[in-house]
Amino acid sequence: MTDAPHIPDEAEVRARWGGFAWTDDNAAKAKEVIARYPAGRQRSAVMPLLDLAQRQVGAETNTQGWLPVPVIEHVAAHLDMPFMRAYEVATFYTMYNLAPVGRFHVQVCGTTPCQLRGSDDVMRACKDRGMAKGRTTADGLFTLTEVECMGNCSSAPMVQINDDNFEDLDYDRTLTILDDLAAGKSPKTGTQEPGRHTVEPVGGPTTLTAMVDANHDYRGEW
Amino acid sequence: MSDFLADKDRIFTNVYGYQPWNLDAAQKRGDWDKTKDLMARGQDAIIEEIKASGLRGRGGAGFPTGMKWSFMPKNPTPERPSFLVINADESEPGSCKDREILRHDPHKLIEGALIAGFAMRARAAYIYIRGEYIREAETMFAAVAEAYAKKLLGKNACGSGYDFDVYVHRGAGAYICGEETAMIESLEGKKGQPRLKPPFPAGAGLYGCPTTVNNVESIAVVPTILRRGAGWFSSFGRDNNKGTKLFQVSGHVNTPCVVEEAMSIPFSELIEKHCGGIRGGRDNLLAVIPGGSSVPLVPASEIWDAPMDFDGLKAVGSGLGTAAVIVMDKSTDIVRAIERLSYFYKHESCGQCTPCREGTGWMWRVMNRLRTGDADVSEIDTLYQVTKQVEGHTICALGDAAAWPIQGLLKHFRPEIERRIAERNGGMMEAAE
Repeated sequence: MTDAPHIPDEAEVRARWGGFAWTDDNAAKAKEVIARYPAGRQRSAVMPLLDLAQRQVGAETNTQGWLPVPVIEHVAAHLDMPFMRAYEVATFYTMYNLAPVGRFHVQVCGTTPCQLRGSDDVMRACKDRGMAKGRTTADGLFTLTEVECMGNCSSAPMVQINDDNFEDLDYDRTLTILDDLAAGKSPKTGTQEPGRHTVEPVGGPTTLTAMVDANHDYRGEW
Repeated sequence: MSDFLADKDRIFTNVYGYQPWNLDAAQKRGDWDKTKDLMARGQDAIIEEIKASGLRGRGGAGFPTGMKWSFMPKNPTPERPSFLVINADESEPGSCKDREILRHDPHKLIEGALIAGFAMRARAAYIYIRGEYIREAETMFAAVAEAYAKKLLGKNACGSGYDFDVYVHRGAGAYICGEETAMIESLEGKKGQPRLKPPFPAGAGLYGCPTTVNNVESIAVVPTILRRGAGWFSSFGRDNNKGTKLFQVSGHVNTPCVVEEAMSIPFSELIEKHCGGIRGGRDNLLAVIPGGSSVPLVPASEIWDAPMDFDGLKAVGSGLGTAAVIVMDKSTDIVRAIERLSYFYKHESCGQCTPCREGTGWMWRVMNRLRTGDADVSEIDTLYQVTKQVEGHTICALGDAAAWPIQGLLKHFRPEIERRIAERNGGMMEAAE
C-alpha cells in the first residue's frame, strides 16, 4: 500500500485539535442526523458526522477542512464506536480529506467521458495557475485533485470546486473561474456554455419544449 | 420501428429543470395526485401492475422490478421491519441521469419511494446519494422535508393509514457503494465492502432485516406507471425491454444531452434526433460504449442500427447497463480511453477480493504500457487471460466490470494495439542503429 494516505498524528496536531468539540449548531445537526437511524444503530451516522466534522474544521481554518485524528476520535466517541471503525471509514471514502487542503478544493474529473470532451485542457489550466495534483498552492488558496467520474457526463468536462460544479468547460473558461475565485468573486455555477440551461442539447431542447416557459401539465393530453 | 416518443408520454417532464422542483410545482405537474387512491389498490395489486408493465431495473442489471419486490416478506414484524434502499450512488462513468431526477424531479422519487415501500411492506426508505452530489442532496433533503410538512410522509402517509419514513443518506465518494450489499454496509456505517450472497438482501439486508435495493429511476417511474397503467408503459419498447428510459449521451456527439426516449430506439435515431449527430458525421464514428463504462465497447459498424435495449445491445456483445452512451469518434485514442477506465476500476476496487484488488492494478499497468506500445505482442494474450481470471472470481461484479472494457478493446482493436507495439519497437531499433 505505497499509496496509502499518511495521516498526520503529530504532537502539534493533537495540540491543535485535541480539544475539538461541536459548535452549538453542529451539535444540533449531529443530533438530527443520528435520529435518522433506528435506536442502537447510531453508528450509521458515522459518515454524515465525519462530513460535518470536516466542514467544522474547514470553517475554523478557512479551508475545505480535513479530519485530524483527534477529530475522528471525537466522532467515534460520540457514536460509541471504536476509533478504528471510524478511522477505517475515514480512510476508505475519498471525500474525507486526511491532510489539510486549501480554501478551494479543485476536483477535476479525468474519467473517460470528461477526457473525451477535453479534461486535459481543464487540468492544464489548473496547472498553469500553479497547481499540482495532490498539492496545495503556496498561498493556501487551491488544492488540486483528479477525481473519478462525477456524473456530469452530458455536460463534460467538469470540475467540482468546494460544493459546486462547473460544467461544459474548456481551457479559457476554467481560467476565468479560477481567477474569479481567487479574486473573491462567485462565478456562475453549473454549465458555462452560453445559452445552455442544464443538460438539454445545446441550442435548445429537442423534447418537452412546452416546459421551457411554463410549468406545463401534460395530463390533459394523456 | 419505434415511433417518436411524444412529450405527453415522457415521465420526467422537468428533467432539464426549467421549472422549480418544489412540491407546489411538482403537484401542478401531476405528482402526489391522489397517492392515497393508488395505495388503496393494495400491495399485491401494485406489485402485479409493476410486473405487468415489464419494468426492469434501471440501475444496470435489468432485473424485473416487480418480481424483486415480491421476494420481500408478506408479514414483517416491528422487531424485524423491512427496508427499501434507493440507490442514488450514481457513479458509473457515463451515467448522469439520476442526478437530473434528484435535483429537478425529486418528488417523483419520493412519491415512488412511498408507493414502492408500501407495496413491499417496508417501514422506511433510505435514499443513498453519492457524496459528490452535494447540491442534489440538499434538494432531496428539502423535498423530503416538504413532503413531511404536508403529511405526505410519516405517520398515516397521504392519509393512507400507512406509516412510512423516507431518509436521505449521503455517501462520501466510493463507486463500490453502488453495489447493493456494499451500499447496505455503508449505510450501517462501515467501509463499503460487498457481502457474500446468499443471504440475499431480501432475506437479510440492512441491519439484518429484509431489504430491497432499487435504482432511483426504477422507483421514480412507479407512480406514473400506476396512474397510466401497465399497458401504457409496456406499449413502448420491444418484448422483454419495455418502457421509457433516460438515455445519457456523452463524448463525441455535437450536442450531448440527457433525454427520455422509448426503449429500443435505434442508436442512429437517438443520436441524430437529440444529439445533433456524430461530431464530423457518421463516417467519423469509431466506437461506442453504450451502457456505461462497465460494458464492452461496440465498433461503429455494429452499433449504428442496434436497438438501444437490453437484448439489442447484448446481441452486439455489450449491454444496456444504465443507458449511458459514450460516443467516440476517430480522433479518439481508443487505448487511452479504455486505459483510463482501467485506472478508474483500480481506484475504485474496495480491496476485499484478491483477484480484483491485485488484478485491477495489474491490468491498468499493462494497459498503460499498451497505450504507448511499450510492450511485447505476447502480453496482449496474457492481459486477456488475466481479465478472464478476474472475471467471475470476485464477490461482486466490480471485477467483471474491470475486465469487460479491456476484453471489448482487445476483441475489436487488437490490430491498433499491435500497430503501436510494432511502431515503438521499430522506432527503438532504428534509434539503436
